[in-house]
Amino acid sequence: MANLINIKKGLQIPLLGASEEVLRGRVTSEFVRICPEDFHGITPKLAVKVDERVKAGTTLFYAKDHPEILFSSPVSGVVAEIERGEKRRILNIVIKADKEIEYEDFGVKKVSSLSPEDVKQSILDAGIWYLIKQRPYDVVAVPGKDPRDIFVTGFDSAPLAPSYDFILEGQETDLQAGLDALAKLTNGKVYLSISTKTKSKALREAKNVVVTEFNGPHPAGNVGVQINHIKPVNRGEVVWTLNAMDAVLIGRLFNSGHVDLTRTVALSGSEVKQTGYYKILVGAELNSIFKGNVTEGISLRYISGNPLTGRRIDGNGVLRAYDSQVTVIPEGDDVHEVFGWASLSPKRYSSGGTYLKHNRKYRLDARLLGGPRAIIVSNEYDKVFPMDIFPEQLIKATLAFNIDKMEQLGIYEVAPEDFALCEFVDTSKLEIQRIIRAGLDLLRSEME
Amino acid sequence: MKALRKYLDKIKPNFEEGGKLHWLWSTYDAFETFLFVPNSTSKSGVHIHDARDSKRTMIIVIIALLPALLVGMYNVGLQHYMAVGLEAGVFTKFIYGLIAILPQIIVSYVVGLGIEFAVAQVKKEEVAEGFLVSGILIPMIMPVDTPLWMIAVATAFSVVFAKEVFGGTGYNVFNVALIARAFLFFSYPSKMSGDQVWVRTRDTFGMGGGQVIDGYSGATPLGQINTTEATSFGDFAFTGITGQPLSISDMFFGFIPGSIGEVSTFAILLGAIILIATGVGSWKTMLSVFLGGIFTVLVLNIFAKNAYMEMPPLYHLLLGGFAFGAVFMATDPVTSARTEKGKWIYGFLIGFLAITIRVFNPGYAEGMMLAILFMNAFAPLIDFYVVDANIKRRLKRVTNKA
Repeated sequence: MANLINIKKGLQIPLLGASEEVLRGRVTSEFVRICPEDFHGITPKLAVKVDERVKAGTTLFYAKDHPEILFSSPVSGVVAEIERGEKRRILNIVIKADKEIEYEDFGVKKVSSLSPEDVKQSILDAGIWYLIKQRPYDVVAVPGKDPRDIFVTGFDSAPLAPSYDFILEGQETDLQAGLDALAKLTNGKVYLSISTKTKSKALREAKNVVVTEFNGPHPAGNVGVQINHIKPVNRGEVVWTLNAMDAVLIGRLFNSGHVDLTRTVALSGSEVKQTGYYKILVGAELNSIFKGNVTEGISLRYISGNPLTGRRIDGNGVLRAYDSQVTVIPEGDDVHEVFGWASLSPKRYSSGGTYLKHNRKYRLDARLLGGPRAIIVSNEYDKVFPMDIFPEQLIKATLAFNIDKMEQLGIYEVAPEDFALCEFVDTSKLEIQRIIRAGLDLLRSEME
Repeated sequence: MKALRKYLDKIKPNFEEGGKLHWLWSTYDAFETFLFVPNSTSKSGVHIHDARDSKRTMIIVIIALLPALLVGMYNVGLQHYMAVGLEAGVFTKFIYGLIAILPQIIVSYVVGLGIEFAVAQVKKEEVAEGFLVSGILIPMIMPVDTPLWMIAVATAFSVVFAKEVFGGTGYNVFNVALIARAFLFFSYPSKMSGDQVWVRTRDTFGMGGGQVIDGYSGATPLGQINTTEATSFGDFAFTGITGQPLSISDMFFGFIPGSIGEVSTFAILLGAIILIATGVGSWKTMLSVFLGGIFTVLVLNIFAKNAYMEMPPLYHLLLGGFAFGAVFMATDPVTSARTEKGKWIYGFLIGFLAITIRVFNPGYAEGMMLAILFMNAFAPLIDFYVVDANIKRRLKRVTNKA
């Protein structure tokens, strides 16, 4: 019987537009775009030129500081364009996709018969190492360092998040192969956290891992929260993290010998007419599922990911590397609400008591609904931050970049996503995730 | 409203970067955001936000203050007409109080907000809402007869030296309203304490003129017990301004001389309910102030040597600024302890200190103001130790393993 951990603090934001659990089809697009900025903590160095032919699995670029970390193409085709921004930073690598995907062959391998080194090398060679992230710093894992443990989250508790039971359906053998592979990569343990609600046998009865059940509101599904409750990260320790869908992609590599970055993605959000799930290749353009399927006549915000931590894309955007969810909400910049501070409108949602509570789902837009202020209200962040950490004090230490204080208060245990709910509830409308991200990056450059 | 929106959109470019009225941008922004929810959308991080903001929070505090303010206004009239021995209806009494207090509120707002707007302008920031609460608190904790110029000076002093020099709303160490009161208390003691300041005996704008009746005394109940000759509480009786005995219900509903806001414990409790129900004020702080106070009184009762030491806890909670301080002053999130454990300690010590100052310092019949200001200074220290326990726990994890 798995251990059960109850999470009490947190918040389940009642948003409209949860995905209906129906598979609506497969999304392909003529052009596929890979955005190096998805991969945090690496500086991309190109390995291909425009007009070069690539297969699915061919290296597109690698990490400048760790040339063994490769990033492979999800499709076969021809490199059409390298889009660059300021200081020649690579924004997108655009590939004109073939009709039929041609795969690099990495060979079908049985994980149990491989040595740890072989497992690691196989993942690196295939260019999907980036699926494994590390704490501290929440960046792509550094392959040279042995992780104390590996933590895999088996559910997503974010608003409108995809059901892992649904997206893992039919992927059971790949999931187990992925977990087996991860078990080879650490001398410690692989911890798989599952929701008490999960019915998936593949998750509940996963082998080679320590299964822990979590019960409670978001952010119970965040791997950072799970680590904090299972075995917190101390100074000097490194743990690796990923989610079950990423583990599936790793397992798929060993079982099929191919780099197949097809994800089952939830299309959600209040502005989507017909929600549901799609099989989408990472980097594929999403306009075909948006077209005619979203509210017209108002400005919209398209998000790859969930409304708390996702990345803003536009109507022609692509599925980003780590996401199994696409969300469309109103932008709200065309709304002029009168006397908001006195509003009794049932359309306004607050987790606090300054608005009446209604038992309904809300259609929230992207407005800040206030102006930035100094931190005034106390005990606001704590209520949605279920870790043994003082969030407000840590945020302040990070703003001041007081390294000693940041270490003492637990900066090594957190990722920006752990602060997403703090940012949502914040009366002072601070950009807390950005603050933590900047703090982690600066800390990393100081420490390494 | 559409026409207004159009008008705002039309004049907005004047206030933006490069516009000829750009130096008034903060002021424009304050009015625009007062009228309309800003339509700026998130640029990084979360895409959706909770509907509460600083304005909403402050408005809730003001609503919570209203019962105490309204009862206070009525009581000003009530005490006045008793003092001059005139009959008057409830409405007349209220109007008398209203016109006595309204100028004070206006002066406090004009001076305080004037400074806030000017500073925001210079710093090119949005105008923070903190003073909306401080501005109404300041008249509520002053004696009704405080001259307007004193309120202006005290407000200016406290906004500049207690708040803006530290960085503005959210950065101040001491409660702004209490600093205003403390400033006057130490600068003009004769106008801030004693028997003469708590009841307005003169007319207000020609209303309610008359001569004070024989046997009038304007001493507050706490002033009375502070100076009584009686050696035990049993020999002592609280009296109103005309010498009539005061009942517990007079004290609870606020028909006694005192500062405008503090008199009605009933109205303050209504405010407390609003603050707690909306989560704007911390029930932990409020409860711990009361617990600290009651505990201290009970200890004093055991070792009682005089009437004040013998006074039962209920009177302490009903009289003076104890309840008002506990509900509206101690809970100021900026100057209070910010950790949850810290709030228990912080509140308890406020209650303890307030009662101690009251009973043992003959110079101050009231101890709440000094107790809260003193604990404001110690709140960061309390938090330091609460947070330090977390830090130690984290360090221990590492050392245990090694």
